[in-house]
Amino acid sequence: MKIDDATVRNIARLARIKLDEGEDKTLESELTGILQWVEQLGEVDTDGVEPMTCVTDRQIEMRKDEITDGGYADEIVRNAPERAGNFFVVPKVVE
Amino acid sequence: MADDAVPAHLINSSTGDWEMVIGLEVHAQVTSKSKLFSGAATEFGAKPNAQVSLVDAAMPGMLPVINEECVTQAVRTGLGLKAKINLRSVFDRKNYFYPDLPQGYQISQFTQPIVGEGEVALDMEDGEEVRVGIERLHLEQDAGKSLHDQDPKSSYVDLNRSGVALMEIVSRPDMRSSEQAQAYVLKLRSILRYLGTCDGNMEEGSLRADVNVSVRRPGAELGTRCEIKNVNSIRFIGQAIEYEARRQIEIIEDGGAIDQETRLFDPRTGETRSMRSKEEAHDYRYFPDPDLLPLEFSQSFVDDLAAQLPELPDQKKARFMADWELEHYDAEVLVAEKERADYFEEMVTLGADPKAAANWVLNTHLGRVNKEDIDFEKAPVSAQANTAILKMTDDGTISGKIAKDLYDLVWESGGDPEKLVEERGLKQVSDSGEIEKIIDEVIAANPKQVEQVKAKPQTLGWFVGQVMQKTGGKANPQMVNQLLRAKLEIAES
Repeated sequence: MKIDDATVRNIARLARIKLDEGEDKTLESELTGILQWVEQLGEVDTDGVEPMTCVTDRQIEMRKDEITDGGYADEIVRNAPERAGNFFVVPKVVE
Repeated sequence: MADDAVPAHLINSSTGDWEMVIGLEVHAQVTSKSKLFSGAATEFGAKPNAQVSLVDAAMPGMLPVINEECVTQAVRTGLGLKAKINLRSVFDRKNYFYPDLPQGYQISQFTQPIVGEGEVALDMEDGEEVRVGIERLHLEQDAGKSLHDQDPKSSYVDLNRSGVALMEIVSRPDMRSSEQAQAYVLKLRSILRYLGTCDGNMEEGSLRADVNVSVRRPGAELGTRCEIKNVNSIRFIGQAIEYEARRQIEIIEDGGAIDQETRLFDPRTGETRSMRSKEEAHDYRYFPDPDLLPLEFSQSFVDDLAAQLPELPDQKKARFMADWELEHYDAEVLVAEKERADYFEEMVTLGADPKAAANWVLNTHLGRVNKEDIDFEKAPVSAQANTAILKMTDDGTISGKIAKDLYDLVWESGGDPEKLVEERGLKQVSDSGEIEKIIDEVIAANPKQVEQVKAKPQTLGWFVGQVMQKTGGKANPQMVNQLLRAKLEIAES
């Protein structure tokens, strides 16, 4: 599969990554290379093989429904570039 | 399902009939103490960011661990919707950017949800029965909350809701009128509340609906739909659908085409408007969340939960109808809220006649509760008091008119209905001598009306009214009627 320029720009926009001049060309060939490398796996016959989600035979861990966390709003907003009281403040998003 | 258009639901227009097709995605907040993947509290109304863990704030290196109770609640809900429970489901990441979504993705379930196909049955007021298919139910995280009105240039973000467990319940496009859509949400809410899996509080946002609306000529292929996001009251759901269907019809009749888009309902204007187009927002790039193993549980876990389910509205309704011969719609309204059904049952247990009790609860009691706009549980007239009032009406101690007055009296100032009847002398007068005396007075004082009633027997009601008034509503109306007819020489009608 070949990744073209438009796809690179679309992925970058979706991921909110700013591309500098010429960077899209580099990414185009790098991403295409990565995909082609992974595509080699397609040569393996996987008919009837269940997808493996974990190398060990583990089951999902569940926790009890108890309040064990939270209560430190000040810590939560500590890294915020801007705050008002314990709110995060962000540029206006309008719907 | 039913592809035959029902004429009553069609919208008539100069160019012919139109049919609306409605499907809903309901987001129901799971009742749990802590969040879906973190131990922070879920309670409504906390101070900003007071119920946020480092997981909910998406700090680097944090890992989600699933809340067992949220899984249980989703399975119970699935069982309540008579749906297929999937013993293995998968969590996916739904990627998009928004300030109140710190992870940059929502953990949701895409191709393999925890609950599959089910069904909700509706009894409409006009007797129509509608079955709405459930396509799926999946578990997902709620986002935080953005406040846009605190500052002209900024939005404020509170992550208390971030990570709270939601059940997204997706219906099939099986509804054909706004009334059906409203009835569906009410029924779903009722089932969730019986199960105790969601409190159904729409004002606090525990239950929100995304409404999909399209229109077509009866029997034609489905039209292009628009999705109206986050409608948060039953009334608004009705208004939004009515407005949206007419908007679409107008566009098509003017030769235009409907753009598939997301719209917002504005409660102030009663209109829907396009959300600023976010085409890329629909490119969610779902993929399985590598932080979470597939969600797996055994059939015996499901069976245990099934065995412990409470009696649900439909079962209760069937029982009320079978045991006490209640009408379909009356039974439906009685069982809609568990508190209401329990109240009615308590009255029957205390010895009230079931049909009379159903009428009384639905008309007198519920009427007053709605008029005062209070919660049913907070109504000051108890089931015991209402039973006493009904029993006294039934055995002729008080008249039907006095029963209503007595009810209002108990509502306003409390007290034991039987004592009140004694103290205030509200007993029905069934002593024919006493009634006759009053009738004689009325006849003597109104010779003109006496003339009239001989020619027009239907004016007898006026005399009944006069006698009732003179006795303060306490005279036995049947007796008054009989005695009047005898005295005025009017035959039984």
